[in-house]
Amino acid sequence: MLKMLLTRIRQGHRTSSYPAVPPVLPDRFRGPPVIDSTKCADGCKACAEACPTQAIRFDQLGPEVDLGRCLFCADCENVCPTGAITHSKEYRLAARARDDLLFRSEMKTRAAPLDAAMRRLFGRSLKLRQVSAGGCNGCEADVNVLSTIVFDLGRFGIQFVASPRHADGLLITGPVTENMKLALQKTYDAVPAPKLVIAVGACAISGGPYVGHPEICGGANSVVPVDLYIPGCPPHPFTILDGLLRLLGKLDQRSQS
Amino acid sequence: MSVSSLLRTYNAKAVPRDAVPRLSLEAFRGVVIGAPERGARIAALFGIGAAGDVDLFAVLAVDDEGCLELCSTRLEDDSYPAMTPECPEAHLFERELAEQWGIQPMGHPWLKPVRFAPPRRVGADPFGWSKTPPMIGVTDFYRVEGEEIHEVAVGPVHAGVIEPGHFRFQCYGEQVLHLEISLGYQHRGVERALIGGPNARSIHYAETLAGDTTVGHATAYCQILEALSGCAVSARAQAIRGVALELERLANHTGDIGALAGDVGYLPTASYCGRLRGDFLNLTAELCGSRFGRSLVRPGGVAFDIDADRAGRMRQKLTFAVQDVADAAALLWRTASVQARFEDTGQVTGEVAEQLGMVGPAARASGVSRDVRRDHPAGIFRFKQIPVPVLLSGDVFARAQIRNLEIERSAVFIKEQLASLPSGETLSRVPPLAPMRVCVSLVEGWRGELCHVALTDESGRFQSYKVVDPSFHNWTGLAIALRDQQISDFPLCNKSFNLSYCGHDL
Repeated sequence: MLKMLLTRIRQGHRTSSYPAVPPVLPDRFRGPPVIDSTKCADGCKACAEACPTQAIRFDQLGPEVDLGRCLFCADCENVCPTGAITHSKEYRLAARARDDLLFRSEMKTRAAPLDAAMRRLFGRSLKLRQVSAGGCNGCEADVNVLSTIVFDLGRFGIQFVASPRHADGLLITGPVTENMKLALQKTYDAVPAPKLVIAVGACAISGGPYVGHPEICGGANSVVPVDLYIPGCPPHPFTILDGLLRLLGKLDQRSQS
Repeated sequence: MSVSSLLRTYNAKAVPRDAVPRLSLEAFRGVVIGAPERGARIAALFGIGAAGDVDLFAVLAVDDEGCLELCSTRLEDDSYPAMTPECPEAHLFERELAEQWGIQPMGHPWLKPVRFAPPRRVGADPFGWSKTPPMIGVTDFYRVEGEEIHEVAVGPVHAGVIEPGHFRFQCYGEQVLHLEISLGYQHRGVERALIGGPNARSIHYAETLAGDTTVGHATAYCQILEALSGCAVSARAQAIRGVALELERLANHTGDIGALAGDVGYLPTASYCGRLRGDFLNLTAELCGSRFGRSLVRPGGVAFDIDADRAGRMRQKLTFAVQDVADAAALLWRTASVQARFEDTGQVTGEVAEQLGMVGPAARASGVSRDVRRDHPAGIFRFKQIPVPVLLSGDVFARAQIRNLEIERSAVFIKEQLASLPSGETLSRVPPLAPMRVCVSLVEGWRGELCHVALTDESGRFQSYKVVDPSFHNWTGLAIALRDQQISDFPLCNKSFNLSYCGHDL
């Protein structure tokens, strides 16, 4: 017992001061790509060709990025001959609509909160059932850490529960394999209405690295309606937390700028 | 058939395809079935489609001699006498052969789908799916009959933030008589999609074969490309890959020790290790920006260098984190109520572990001394050895303690590497792949042996790409560990293996 207490003292208090203090991210952290199309060489589409998931496409207005497909891998930045592509340090990336993840130069929109009625229901207590539906277990791992003492999800009134019948919504990871489609649909049906669906990671938004595979359905919204998209491969835990808190209207609106 | 007629090769070495002997079916079976007797084991056993025919291809690892034996056979019929009855470690491989190629291993004791995935050969219909399409999990399960026997079905959606899988327990009261594990829910076609590569997606497929083993699988894939193209990777890049691989081991082992503590309700260690796992992931992010090592390991080397400043910072953070892990883990070993739950729970004997072909910490906890870093070294491990711990009791305690010992040893290795990184470039150019070659690449991931086997066609593209995650060998070990245990100990036993669903389902 004494040794346990001594260890407790040595290990100290480790919960982060977020959201009062912004998170400290590593210097090599990669946020979304930022494209300065004025620097693009004529007819060059090297970035689009190098992108493993066709997250960059060109039309008459120039390049457009789909952050829902982006793996944040920097393959585009590495092939760009003119340095037109960089990766920002932005970690606040969640969006309420699929189209909000499409942008021309830089991702600027931030997820809007739920309406007042839904906030009154879920704002102080949100219970989520997580469904892993394909994918690589990376997103699951960084969703899991939200429940550790560093992020301490419980202090925001958010908790993962064991049964969909106890849940207010689903948090879905993975591209929804054909083999998980029915299980996901049944889990969704078992959640009492009104319910929320949160899609975490490139797979759950678009199919991610597996986009186009016949073995997958192509993301959560091909099976159930989605209320919040959190991009990344996998998203940083602070990106996921930021998305959840924005949805519940728990972040100071000033920090949205 | 004498063993001398097999092709002997080594980890991460490319050899011409026509050097691999094509044996008669009888000889092929003899070689595979006789493998355990001469100290070899199945690292991979798979089919290759060849103009309507199917070739069986075997990779046998001879750990004591540090070499790999390759052989193949062309099947004349759609069936052959199964090897599993005489060689249990072939069990899941033969089921996979049946599912992917429509080949019937006659006399297989438990011939069922592995992933409920459609066959790769036109016209193959091993399970009658052409009439009724497969419904995952709908299949016969092993059943124990009796008045007081009951069956417990769990999953695919579980009660935690974990991957999907289906578990069927046959119980007599609390006692588990048999557990059958049915997977395939994570099947996303990634191994199939690697065929025809390499292309822009291939490295990302490798990185997401099992997301918690990003560095391990990416290294296995890159070793294949480098061997097939004759690309020389600098010592500096090899050292950085080694650092990242061992950081991956530290993070996952630490998380597992914490989760084991949580599963017996000992929350101090669970809390501390939950945080510390993140500290190791953050060290990987310090190296490459991603907590999982994404975009670090690239064909030809690594995409990020470590300068002296960064190495110093990483060493310092690592020292603190490893001290804290030792501190947190020590509580477990000192607490009698924890030890009472760990000891004698979920035992797998060394004999069974060998028969099943188990690998990694789960094998080493049962006295089976196998470690790719020592037995088939590639990269930095050719120059620097990490001592391999082995325990004998094969229970949850042993699997926890093995992780604890591996954390200590990997930490020493990382600190040494960071203190003395060789000079040189970090990324070399990768020439086109040689045509008609075969290469086997092994890496000791934190769960055990990762095995990739690539065969190139006449234009230097992957005609076949086989991935064997350690989980493929070890899931049956978990099922066996549960026999005669209380069903309430399932979470504990499961966590002590912590196997990958996505790595198995591919």
